Amino acid sequence: MLIITCPWCGARPEVEFRYGGEAHIARPADPSALTDQEWADFLYNRTNPKGLHAERWRHIHGCGRYFNALRDTVSDFFVTTYKAGEARPDVDASSGGSK
Amino acid sequence: MTNRFRTASGGRIDRAAPLSFRFDGQTFSGFKGDTLASALIANGVHLIGRSFKYHRPRGFLSAGSDEPNALVNVARDAARAAPNLRATQVELHEGLKAQSQNRWPSLSFDAGAVNDLASPFLPSGFYYKTFMWPAGAWKRFYEPKIRAMAGLGVAPELPDPDRYTQNHAHCDVLVVGAGPAGLAAALAAAESGARVILCDEQAELGGSLLSEVSATIEGRPAAEWLAATLASLAARDNVTLMPRTTAFGYFPHNLIALAERVTDHLATPGADLPRERLWQVRATEVVIAAGALERPLVFPENDRPGVLLADSARTYANRYGAKVGERAVIFTACDAGYRAALDLKAAGVSIAAIADLRTEVSGELPARALAAGIDVRPSTVLVGTKGRLRVSSAQLAKVKNGAVGPAETIACDSVLISGGFTPSVHLFSQSRGKLIWDGAAGAYLPGTSVERERSAGACRGVHGLQRVLEDGYAQGEAAALASRDHASPARGATPAPATPSRAIPASAEDLGSAGFIGATPHGRNPALAKAFVDWQNDVTSKDILLATREGMRSIEHVKRYTTTGMATDQGKTSNMNTLGIVSEALDTPVPKIGLTTFRPPFTPTTFGLFAGAARGDVFDPLRKTAIHDWAAEHGAAFEDVGNWKRAHYFPRAGAGGRMEDMHAAVARECKAVRASVGMFDASTLGKIEIVGPDAAEFMNRMYTNAWAKLEPGRLRYGVMLREDGFVMDDGVVGRMAADRFHVTTTTGGAPRVLAHMEDYLQTEWPDLDVWLTSTTEQWSVIAVQGPKAREVIAPLIEGIDLSKEAFPHMCVREGTILGVPTRLFSVSFTGELGFEINVPSAYGRAVWEAVYAAGERFGITPYGTETMHVLRAEKGYIIVGQETDGTATPDDANLGWAVGKAKKDFVGKRSLARDAMSAPDRRQLVGLKTTDPKIVLEEGAQIVTDPAAPVPVPMLGFVTSSYHSAVLGRSIALAMVKGGRARIGQKLMVPMPTHAIEVEVVEPVFYDPKGERLNG
Repeated sequence: MLIITCPWCGARPEVEFRYGGEAHIARPADPSALTDQEWADFLYNRTNPKGLHAERWRHIHGCGRYFNALRDTVSDFFVTTYKAGEARPDVDASSGGSK
Repeated sequence: MTNRFRTASGGRIDRAAPLSFRFDGQTFSGFKGDTLASALIANGVHLIGRSFKYHRPRGFLSAGSDEPNALVNVARDAARAAPNLRATQVELHEGLKAQSQNRWPSLSFDAGAVNDLASPFLPSGFYYKTFMWPAGAWKRFYEPKIRAMAGLGVAPELPDPDRYTQNHAHCDVLVVGAGPAGLAAALAAAESGARVILCDEQAELGGSLLSEVSATIEGRPAAEWLAATLASLAARDNVTLMPRTTAFGYFPHNLIALAERVTDHLATPGADLPRERLWQVRATEVVIAAGALERPLVFPENDRPGVLLADSARTYANRYGAKVGERAVIFTACDAGYRAALDLKAAGVSIAAIADLRTEVSGELPARALAAGIDVRPSTVLVGTKGRLRVSSAQLAKVKNGAVGPAETIACDSVLISGGFTPSVHLFSQSRGKLIWDGAAGAYLPGTSVERERSAGACRGVHGLQRVLEDGYAQGEAAALASRDHASPARGATPAPATPSRAIPASAEDLGSAGFIGATPHGRNPALAKAFVDWQNDVTSKDILLATREGMRSIEHVKRYTTTGMATDQGKTSNMNTLGIVSEALDTPVPKIGLTTFRPPFTPTTFGLFAGAARGDVFDPLRKTAIHDWAAEHGAAFEDVGNWKRAHYFPRAGAGGRMEDMHAAVARECKAVRASVGMFDASTLGKIEIVGPDAAEFMNRMYTNAWAKLEPGRLRYGVMLREDGFVMDDGVVGRMAADRFHVTTTTGGAPRVLAHMEDYLQTEWPDLDVWLTSTTEQWSVIAVQGPKAREVIAPLIEGIDLSKEAFPHMCVREGTILGVPTRLFSVSFTGELGFEINVPSAYGRAVWEAVYAAGERFGITPYGTETMHVLRAEKGYIIVGQETDGTATPDDANLGWAVGKAKKDFVGKRSLARDAMSAPDRRQLVGLKTTDPKIVLEEGAQIVTDPAAPVPVPMLGFVTSSYHSAVLGRSIALAMVKGGRARIGQKLMVPMPTHAIEVEVVEPVFYDPKGERLNG
């Protein structure tokens, strides 16, 4: 079971968290201005990378907050976590797993 | 029976503590400190089981957890019976009762042994190739018969009366394995101040040191050093010693699962003790000191009782004082055979000969064997053995230039074999570390680590007692140092080569890393010689060659085709020899063939351990409302709704004292509500309090409805969509104040709705000043429904004007009921005049009872969820998740009126604008009336125009709700039907297996279509 570091509470076991899908996909300010294709992209299309993936997690059995994480989808290790609203940190997968 | 094969003295058994035990109904004696295996061997018993497929007689092969043959059933009573235990790990206690398995009628005469005679016709894949006809017979006939013939133990049929507990632990350094490397590692880590857990699967800590009789460490005999080291570790506050504890699984981020056997070794376990404990250890650093497993040699008839691994025979003699026989032939590819020969000779076993696969035999141990007068034969193989239930002779032959010479028969009662040692890399491999083939060591060794772990000693190919001790000490020191850094990377690290800060001088024979993998040459007709590779699954070298001939190239395919390595021992003794045979057959080097995957558990683990306390009533949390006990006392039948127990209906005794069935109870409850008044526990409804200056704006964005103009004191039915435009939840919402909403959700949807709201609030609109609080558990909700509802509650309510004019339908007022603060809703899910009384849960039952008493003069009728369902279906009110399935738009569900058309945006609005979301042939909610009013349709039944149409019959939709309505005196149903609203008045068909039922499509409101009854 992974250890996930909640930016608010610190390192906690995976069972306290719930996955929230890919991060940094902002809901359009005016959805009605979008074409069907653009709206479908927002709704359904995800990057699904092999390697670093920016994703949302929620500390559901803790502070209840959503935050973002960079996880290596190959090794399943977390590289870093950061608060919602912060920019994606500029790190690469080799910067090591986090504890 | 006497201990005829017990040595005169020595060993770690307590000869002052004799124990009596039974095996297959016969009484034997052993000593405290014995395993079932060592005690049986001391009594001359080697026949312990029948093999899986051929039912061949089998004896002990090893002395540890790698044992493939000696699987027994140990039972305290009918319920406390554990099958498939390795006799080599079962500690003896007074009165222990063990049974052999997989034999009928008895171990020495087994009818299934006919399979062995038929074995030329039972090659790998035989079952799949043969039992193919007729189709379907495999499942019904062949497979059950074959499974009954081939098999292991039988699970007890009674519930397990024992307790199993689950614990969590944290430490700086976890050391797995308490042999010399593990002990030294634990010592070093402890001396560095780290919190250490040292676990070992055996009853006694010490590993290979427990079998040492001549080795010395730091100038003392190994046994003395071991005792002193254990005492020093035990005396430390920062060390936890865990014997009888198997590290069976390595999970991400250094979560190690340990299985501790607590009471199996006790004759009379204390009632306060669990049978086993599951430990989930989160270790900052892990030292794996798992040692190495001796490898058998693969030669014909190497599976007879009396054929043992050489070092295991040495363990039986040195540790347990049990001689494996009187006269042994040794077949070895390394010095382990010599060491065993010398120790067994000293214990009084005569050594008939040592056949050494190697051409050149030199070194200290062979020299000592020669000096002791043992007949040492280099370049010699065993080409067979004889004996029915026990080996009686071995056939030896010289190998010259690859050719096997004529065989010489040597009488013996035991054959001891050694192909060298395989480093135990199971846990390392489970941690996803990469294994690297080491040609010099002839073994796979741990390479790059993924987790924060390091291997120490024999499991990473280190040999020689002093080197092993010092490697353990160095790794322990390094682990303790590393554990101070809690942020260091876990991934891709190669533990730095470690040098111990102190020397641990020791003297013992160094066996080196010599050995052999594969099958030894025998020169016999390969069709008639069975040379076993995997004892437990009865796989021979011939089977593996067959697999390569039939085109298997990957070791994973060979494994699955032959089942080698797939038994409960997971190929501990067979994996490397399989690789060797495949490598030779394909003329491909071992590292090119690969290695099968090691998976948890390391050894079989009980279901009880995983279940722990989570069984029976505490398997899953149970949710009960404050009114639950009242309902139970009044005879309610309950149904499960999520984790909730909800009153389903309230059966009463009818004429003649017979209890009503559900149909009768529901009919009575429905009529009572429509005619007078009923009451219903709606406490399970999800509730969320939404508060803040931006609460109305937030509601506007989350729900389809318009909220800005809803006045405080009013209720509104709200519909929530997912962003894809489909209905997600619904519920009545009360505006308590300008900045406060009391939101209700479906019973099952509450957590989902709150998470959905939190998601948007936290990540899309963090600028909104709103707080969300789950209040589901805080409110009891008592629905009072029916024409007399107002009259029932009026005498109890204070501070609220209940008059029709002051408190019309869909309002909320705050006041008190019996002095208890209440939020009183005028709301109906029945179509009748109705109220929902929200009171703090602590007062739920008191208020319920008061309402019940106040309603008595109107014959107030408590009703359950079934009646609630019928009443709402009569009114065409949907239930999200019953009428909708995640693909229904508001319009599909007749809720288009609840969508705020003027709103610029809300969650799901953009999706509703897609053309497909308003296509006229979408499935729409309609009512169905069967032509025959007595027929109640089946929920989920399909709807078609012509059941006789060619297959596939075009499907128009399906029945979502269907009941008998007592009030209407006929059946009613709701359905989702393609273009349904345009079909009103049409006749459609509901095909059933035997016939089709004619229905008429109608408006989905069956009762009081104008809604006049809502206002009382």
